[in-house]
Amino acid sequence: MTTSSPELARDVGEPSEPEALRAAFDHTIERHDRIESRDWMPERYRSTVVRQVAQHAHSEIIGMQPEGNWLTRAPSLRRKAILLAKVQDEAGHGLYLYSACETLGVSRDELTEKLIEGQQKYSSIFNYPTLSYADVGTIGWLVDGAAICNQVPLCRTSYGPYGRAMIRICKEESFHQRQGFELLATMMRGTAEQRAMVQESVDRFWWPALMMFGPPDADSPNTEQSMAWGIKRDTNDDLRQKFVDMSVPQAQALGVSLPDPDLVWNEARGHHDFGQPDWEEFRAVVKGGGPCNAERIAHRRRAWEEGAWVREAATAFARQQREEQS
Amino acid sequence: MTDRESVYDGLLGEDTSQWAFGTSFEDPLAGVDTTLPDGVDAAVLAAYCLMLGDDALIYSHRLGQWASNAPDLEDDIALSNIALDLLGQARLLLGRAAAADAGCVPVLPEGSPVPAEDALAFFRDEGAFRNVRLVEPDDVGGAGGDFAVTIARLLLFSCYRLALMERLRSSRDPVLAAVAVKAVKELTYHRDYAGRWFLTLARGTEESRRRLLAGLALVWPLHDELFGTHPVETLVAEQGVGVDPSTLAAEVDVVLEQVFSVSSIDRPAVAQVGPVAGGMGREGRHCEQMGRLLAQMQSVARAHPLGLW
Repeated sequence: MTTSSPELARDVGEPSEPEALRAAFDHTIERHDRIESRDWMPERYRSTVVRQVAQHAHSEIIGMQPEGNWLTRAPSLRRKAILLAKVQDEAGHGLYLYSACETLGVSRDELTEKLIEGQQKYSSIFNYPTLSYADVGTIGWLVDGAAICNQVPLCRTSYGPYGRAMIRICKEESFHQRQGFELLATMMRGTAEQRAMVQESVDRFWWPALMMFGPPDADSPNTEQSMAWGIKRDTNDDLRQKFVDMSVPQAQALGVSLPDPDLVWNEARGHHDFGQPDWEEFRAVVKGGGPCNAERIAHRRRAWEEGAWVREAATAFARQQREEQS
Repeated sequence: MTDRESVYDGLLGEDTSQWAFGTSFEDPLAGVDTTLPDGVDAAVLAAYCLMLGDDALIYSHRLGQWASNAPDLEDDIALSNIALDLLGQARLLLGRAAAADAGCVPVLPEGSPVPAEDALAFFRDEGAFRNVRLVEPDDVGGAGGDFAVTIARLLLFSCYRLALMERLRSSRDPVLAAVAVKAVKELTYHRDYAGRWFLTLARGTEESRRRLLAGLALVWPLHDELFGTHPVETLVAEQGVGVDPSTLAAEVDVVLEQVFSVSSIDRPAVAQVGPVAGGMGREGRHCEQMGRLLAQMQSVARAHPLGLW
């Protein structure tokens, strides 16, 4: 954790902790009401929110790269405009989320340093490469679709600034997801080569998309506390199930198959049964062993370091302006 | 939006009006009356629209390369915004060119669903592009490029294009006039963004000033080409639909001098880049970087001439 003002930060469990503040916090959580930055909160709540929001912000910023990879090769001007607007939105999402972290006393600079030093994570999906233009569509449909399943419940997360940022982000994500589905649907009406491109892309992204919900509940150490605090509102496995159930008819509508031989409707459960992703691969990618981990961080580090002189110039100029005015 | 509601659920719904860009391609000029005004030569108007459209298209492509590479998130967003504005202008201008004179659009294999704006952007060869050379170099990292070069280039380009579009608002071609009205609003912001950063870099730190001066020296040799008059520009000016750029030089200079003056920077005294075999960008003679840019930009589209995107 980083700097926090004295009235905002008290470690949970400290003997000196005022019981009234603790009770007020608990009461707010029980009412499903919002915690605001001025409110007292347990230190572990604060650090959990910062960890989750920072991870989300980093995911948006790193997520600009795999799609940005196709910006210079978009095959129509309409697609170029849509893709550029989407990548731009992701920078905007990063901004809102870093700002939400700032309400807890952590600066964007600190978080960026943590990202490029590998001390904070981002969604492991972005460690997979984008290998054809169909990937732009598949990322929209499946990756943004999975993100929406994860994120819509967060509009009511207990930390106010995060929840409010999520409302706007989810609206924009819904556009992202639709443009992805629409790109794939359009390509499926195109040439046989294009249809093959779509299928190959879906085959590559299906399992990593399922991994986006995180490890199975039994292996998710943070879920229980996060749910108790209302930071998280559904378990990983519940969200994964929901995503599979929604994706199957959409795949049928597109005319693509999903690469899971165990995928079948279970009448008794009222849900699809499906196979498990390769959790070994998931752990390896999270630990840095994915196809693009090093490249993504190196890119972010280069952009950050190459921009340092610009940020310094802006700071120096602002200081001069203040001095001239005073 | 409640915590149980998900648009992912409604993806297969029938209501396509909720889709941000619709579900199928529409001509960017759909519904617009593209009848030519009296006395306007269609081929000349189309050639002129390609010049202005290509400037916007190629520069948009370059500025878009800043996405995920900018010094800070605010500038990532701003540069993408400017790139999107120019891309929008390019689409309208290429669409106008095709509507005025279908003969300027490359012929694709029978059955190709590629719309005219994309045939023009992705299936013309380098020599058929009519943009000025100022918009071609790659400023993002690599050889000689950095944010200061981008700001110097953007300042010069947006001062020039804003002056041009202000004049073009009174074009006799209502389509060009309408494009110009929209463009003026956009370019006013582009120029403001570039001007603010120009001043900031000039007065920020020694390092930023050094880089800005180097950037200005790099882009300034392509200044004069902006104000050279091509025969097509003479004709469109005579026909009342376009602008002779040589008539813009003085007013652009006034604006640039203001920015240089508050930044305590002298107008660069560097030689101008000359023509190639008597021609410059407007004649289809470009920098070496242009061929590489097009090779990349056109690669997917050209691999699928019958593709539907």
